[in-house]
Amino acid sequence: MADTTPTRIPASLIDARRSPVVTRRDWLQPLAPRARFTLRGGADARRAAGAAFGLVLPEDACRSAATPTRAALWLGPDEQLLLGLETDTASIQEGLEQALRGIAHSLVDVSHRQTALEISGPHAEAILNGASPLDLSLSAFPVGMCTRTVFEKADVVLWRPRADTFHIEVWRSFTDYVSSLIAEIGREYYPGDGRAA
Amino acid sequence: MLQIQCPYCGVRPESEFAYGGEAHIARPTDPSTLNDDQWAEFLYMRTNTKGVHAERWRHARGCNRFFNALRDTTSDRFLAFYRTGEPRPVLAGGKP
Repeated sequence: MADTTPTRIPASLIDARRSPVVTRRDWLQPLAPRARFTLRGGADARRAAGAAFGLVLPEDACRSAATPTRAALWLGPDEQLLLGLETDTASIQEGLEQALRGIAHSLVDVSHRQTALEISGPHAEAILNGASPLDLSLSAFPVGMCTRTVFEKADVVLWRPRADTFHIEVWRSFTDYVSSLIAEIGREYYPGDGRAA
Repeated sequence: MLQIQCPYCGVRPESEFAYGGEAHIARPTDPSTLNDDQWAEFLYMRTNTKGVHAERWRHARGCNRFFNALRDTTSDRFLAFYRTGEPRPVLAGGKP
């Protein structure tokens, strides 16, 4: 008769799976929750929303506009991703809705759909290139550039706020996959980092 | 991996794109006036070109736009990229 005793999974392994993947690495950090809005609309919607949001929303492909607390990322000719402080979520929404009244647009709160990771340091480009074929050199992907792209198998938004720092917006359910993958690739550059920190 | 030039975002790897079939096929403006053969012609019949083929692509994992491209189906080489709504470009050498 077959042995039907369930296989015991060691507690340490379960803990490792449950723990946030990133804790000890300073080159890969999960970012705090924030307000996120997807805005779709034409040039008039972009102008009106920009005035209410406090930024000139980028018109050029794959470019961003940012202040220390807010950012607008170009995702498509009629699509922008707006980022702000989590505590401002309600006021941002209210301001945008008021400014966009009467203008054809779509404004969706996607704050909880995505999480954000930040990868920084001298190896950031090389580590990202472990799963993305984009040319991430400063000449091809300058500071302020952003794009939706594919990271191995996950859709992400990649944004370069500073020369040595990349901001990655990833859908919540892919976060573990993406951060684990980055951590795995990073072991080549930071050999001291274990898988489950 | 093929390099595809999105008319909005520039050159990107093929993995960001989705193929959209033959380009320049307009949906009949009033399908109710068509008989079954004419509807089937619109729905199913494609040229299956050997050579320069006008086709739709979508930057599905980028800016999400549809655009058109000319590709040589024998060599898999892209010859031109242009936005939806623009006329099919004439290639150097006079080939359509």
